[in-house]
Amino acid sequence: MIGNIAALAIVPVAGVAGIIFGLLFKGLDRVLGARMQARVGPPLLQPFIDVKKLLMKENIVPQNAVAWLFNAAPVAALCASIALLLYIPLFGSGALLEGSGDMVLVVYLLLLPSLAMVAGGFASGSHYATVGAQREMVAMLSYEFPLAIAVVSAAWLLASKAIAVQAFSLAALSAFPLWSLVGTLGFVGLAVLLAVLLFVMPGELGKAPFDVAEAETEIAGGVLAEYSGVNLALFYLADAVKSFAMAAIIVAIFLPWNATAMLSISDMWAGAAAGALFFLAKVFAVMFAGNTFMRIALARLRITQVVRVYWGYASAAALAGLLLIAAELVLVV
Amino acid sequence: MGMNDFKRSLWVFHVNTGSCNGCDIEIVASLTPRYDIERFGMKLVGTPRHADVLLVTGPVARGMDKKLRRVFEQTPDPKVVMAIGNCGISGDVFYESYNLVGPIDKVVPVDVFVHGCPPRPEAIIDGVVKAWAKLEEKGAEGKKGLRKPVAGKAAEKSGGTKSAKEVHGKSKAGGKAE
Repeated sequence: MIGNIAALAIVPVAGVAGIIFGLLFKGLDRVLGARMQARVGPPLLQPFIDVKKLLMKENIVPQNAVAWLFNAAPVAALCASIALLLYIPLFGSGALLEGSGDMVLVVYLLLLPSLAMVAGGFASGSHYATVGAQREMVAMLSYEFPLAIAVVSAAWLLASKAIAVQAFSLAALSAFPLWSLVGTLGFVGLAVLLAVLLFVMPGELGKAPFDVAEAETEIAGGVLAEYSGVNLALFYLADAVKSFAMAAIIVAIFLPWNATAMLSISDMWAGAAAGALFFLAKVFAVMFAGNTFMRIALARLRITQVVRVYWGYASAAALAGLLLIAAELVLVV
Repeated sequence: MGMNDFKRSLWVFHVNTGSCNGCDIEIVASLTPRYDIERFGMKLVGTPRHADVLLVTGPVARGMDKKLRRVFEQTPDPKVVMAIGNCGISGDVFYESYNLVGPIDKVVPVDVFVHGCPPRPEAIIDGVVKAWAKLEEKGAEGKKGLRKPVAGKAAEKSGGTKSAKEVHGKSKAGGKAE
């Protein structure tokens, strides 16, 4: 418990680091997206400028909004996103609250920013925001299923092969990388599950092609339609932190290797630096594949199509991955 | 934090008040790789609540004036309003038409006028650069850019369209009902 209390003291540090790296990756995402469209794109630090500007703007609370909920939702979204960071192994070292949380907790924490957005959307008193909030809920229901299958499969594999550890523990995942536990069949299964998780990522983050809840060209920004100024900046930060956290979760489950151990660096600081850089490189790879590439390559789907894609194709793919891993566990023991 | 950050991150909301879509296409063209206004941190947003700049196109058809004023009021301060295209500036080919309540600066205060039918994307970008200067001015005044439609202008509005109303007598009653 004393360790946990000490860890709580560095919560603000985690928050600031999450915000800085989240915004950096957001800037990188925007620049790369622009380059993929043969544009020059904004400066790398554009998201920082955007946030600073939003903090200077007037903060309007609409007359027919439920003011307390409308103002609480962005704070809740940012807090939940930062809380998420505490349970994920970051920068090549363990999670701040290592041992206190596991994958199930992380999956539920991932839901919280979206729930806050839904609450804020309904509290806005705007038709657009209400439609956006309803869509956000439907999208949540849709992507949760393939996400759950992927996470449970990873835990099942871990529990079957490395019996001594807690199945849903993120720390155990980094100690026993999943890929080293399986043969060919399981390898294919894991690859499918990784692809499914990358596909769930834009849905989870409300990015194209699954940005139905915020569709600015059809429902005027959806859940965020009535938000301005500081509240909008908080949602912007929450989104940046959550994107970073989501990528870090995928890294923790599927790409948990540590540069410090791999390169067998003895010096503590050099090892930490190498671990952190390697971690950032992995997060960047996941971000690029699951966010930037999808966002630029695919156009927005309708909400019905989002449900079909996630409950139909993504779930089928995830189940296929699960079956492949099951086949591996049953046949090749 | 300062006006310097502000002008490097202008979010733009586009209001069509009855335009023929010519100006609107040129606004969209400024997002394309050839002009790429995102280089300057600008982006098009879907709601006035997120906007710093209102790009208003069209000559303000009857019925759009209330909507335009509402969009203006929904936009958080500090903000600038740009009138894009000749229609919004003078009425252009629709000048003195019975169903116009424009031009734009009779409805909301306009900071920058961009001429052309339609204006080229370069002209629109140049206009936004002038809008930066306006925002800096507003920042320097320390008034947070708060501007309300001037009462005198509203009075001028009924006077200005009088001749048109007299020609089409029917619309006079409609005007009063508003």
